[in-house]
Amino acid sequence: MEKFTTLTGVAAPLPMVNIDTDKIFPAVYLKTIKRTGLSKHLFEEIRFRPDGSENPDFVLNQKPYRNAKILVGGENFGCGSSREHAPWALLDYGIRAVIAPSFADIFYNNCFKNGLLPITLPQSEVDLLLEDAKKGANAILTIDLEKGTITRPDGGTLSFTIDPFRKHCLLEGLDDIGLTEKQAGAISAFEEETRRSRPWLFNITEGAS
Amino acid sequence: MAQPRTLFDKIWQSHLVSEQDDGTCLIYIDMHLVHEVTSPQAFEGLRLAGRRVRRPDATIAVADHNVPTSDRSRGIDDPESRLQVDTLEENVRAFKIPYFPVTDIRQGIVHIIGPEQGLSQPGMTIVCGDSHTATHGAMGALAFGIGTSEVEHVLATQTLLQRRPKNMRVAVEGSLPFGVSAKDVILAIIAKIGTAGGTGHVIEYAGSAIRGLSMEGRMTLCNMTIEAGARAGLVAPDETTFAYLKGRPYAPKGASLEKAFAYWRTLPSDRGVFYDREVSIEASAIAPHVTWGTSPQDALPITGRVPDPALEKDPSRRAAMERSLQYMALKPNTPLVEVAVERVFIGSCTNSRIEDLRAAAAVAKGRRVAKGVRALVVPGSGLVKRQAEEEGLDRIFLEAGFEWREPGCSNCMSMNADRAEHAERIASTSNRNFEGRQGKNAKTHLMGPAMAAAAAVTGHIADVRELS
Ligand code: SF4
Repeated sequence: MEKFTTLTGVAAPLPMVNIDTDKIFPAVYLKTIKRTGLSKHLFEEIRFRPDGSENPDFVLNQKPYRNAKILVGGENFGCGSSREHAPWALLDYGIRAVIAPSFADIFYNNCFKNGLLPITLPQSEVDLLLEDAKKGANAILTIDLEKGTITRPDGGTLSFTIDPFRKHCLLEGLDDIGLTEKQAGAISAFEEETRRSRPWLFNITEGAS
Repeated sequence: MAQPRTLFDKIWQSHLVSEQDDGTCLIYIDMHLVHEVTSPQAFEGLRLAGRRVRRPDATIAVADHNVPTSDRSRGIDDPESRLQVDTLEENVRAFKIPYFPVTDIRQGIVHIIGPEQGLSQPGMTIVCGDSHTATHGAMGALAFGIGTSEVEHVLATQTLLQRRPKNMRVAVEGSLPFGVSAKDVILAIIAKIGTAGGTGHVIEYAGSAIRGLSMEGRMTLCNMTIEAGARAGLVAPDETTFAYLKGRPYAPKGASLEKAFAYWRTLPSDRGVFYDREVSIEASAIAPHVTWGTSPQDALPITGRVPDPALEKDPSRRAAMERSLQYMALKPNTPLVEVAVERVFIGSCTNSRIEDLRAAAAVAKGRRVAKGVRALVVPGSGLVKRQAEEEGLDRIFLEAGFEWREPGCSNCMSMNADRAEHAERIASTSNRNFEGRQGKNAKTHLMGPAMAAAAAVTGHIADVRELS
């Protein structure tokens, strides 16, 4: 996983509530067996018109925002399905951070597994950043994960917090599975104990074809 | 005396492998369900790192999202769908994971077959790379959806890194009125608490109306927990649960079952336990519900009218309503029963179990699908289909002009040939009315199976209580 330390880039405003994962990445494209190249369909239904041309009203189709690295969204961002294609498509587009008043749980988790930083801030502070994000080419924010700060175009800063463990993994670009494998002893001990106390939980699917 | 604990607390504590100072927990997973859409990248990850699957005996795989629901003996036409199913088949062979093939009678939607086969059991932790995994909470298990990286993590380690969610209790007391199903209960709950109402929580559904539900009804209820934003939803295991499980293929048997029964009886929440949040709803006040918008919280009693955004004070909510109504091509104040439909879908992991099909068939019996309406009935599994046929439900549907199809996710989501192609308005028993979910510009109205059958035979959204 790519490390996340600091990020400076254009922030795009997307002030809709309940942006669901079907909106971020439509179900019909879930047939891929790859994690890459998904940005083609990012926000497809609102980004393109029925004839396939770009919808000029959609923020990422407007000049300064084509290279946005940050999204500023509304409440309950990423609700709906568990598809990790949503963060994969955002990353593939070049988005490395999403700032919103709240996130849906699974989407929030999925972001961390891929080096995408979801930042939760109170609505009043998100509103300030939305104002900043409307400044087009001047909508530049700098996020410093270590310090937990967002620097606004006027130089002012806002602070945010992230679980220490998740922060550590992002800063170091650590792979969860590798970390968990270091606890192999504890996992085996847990299995031994469960085998004694709840033996029916073993060899459950044996006998299926 | 020990601190009183909730059902969720008990399951969580009995699966805790370790806990870090900052509260990150390593949780053991008892059952892992795998389907073709969210697993290919996880298996690829295992291969790249040279890892194996730790517990194939606690894993089961099935293809459901991409399978055609017409005759499938000739295979899958769509090359991308076929590749995804073929990839799953290659992966289950390579990693020795038990699998129900597409032509097996046990094949079906992953959330239907878990309980049906007795794979989902009380007190378990159950995960699947699919947000509707909460369905299995009906068994009294902690079941939740995960992303693909987490699928890979479970395959490799049989554990997950998680933060402990909070406890929420949703009580429905009293008895449900005539014509009101579990689907109406969950739509009413989501309308009340909102799509983010359960975020960060595990919901325990309780109260006499919930205890009175069949296992099928409890599954419908738990299924849509994610639509209320909660991590998982569960119902305490009781005699209804035990009777359902007994004799299922993968449920414990003999002495093992006796031991399991004794353990399962210790699981229900203790008296006087604290919940971080409590909500209660009077069962007698719940009417059949339908949705009018593009979020599951946009649900109203069938007697209602399409709401008017002009009356909404919150500006972001008003904007969302306006957008929904524009997408749904609906005018404010239209009575819901006057909204005509072009398509009806009875199926999905929310409502494709035998009880759902019986409820829909009771309405369809002796009636005809309205002119200009296409109505699909898609059983949740091969076994549900067989049982329905033994009961003669297929005849009732076919005589009434419904299509009777092979099991799968079908028109719940647009990944297979059943998607709506002409921006139709759909009366659907599925769980999400998001824009584009059932087909490009398709307009979804969520409702229960009897209500969907009523829409099919009348040609518009209808109050099933007036038909029966
Ligand atoms: S039936 Fe629908 S919601 Fe259920 S697993 Fe299939 S696609 Fe997902």
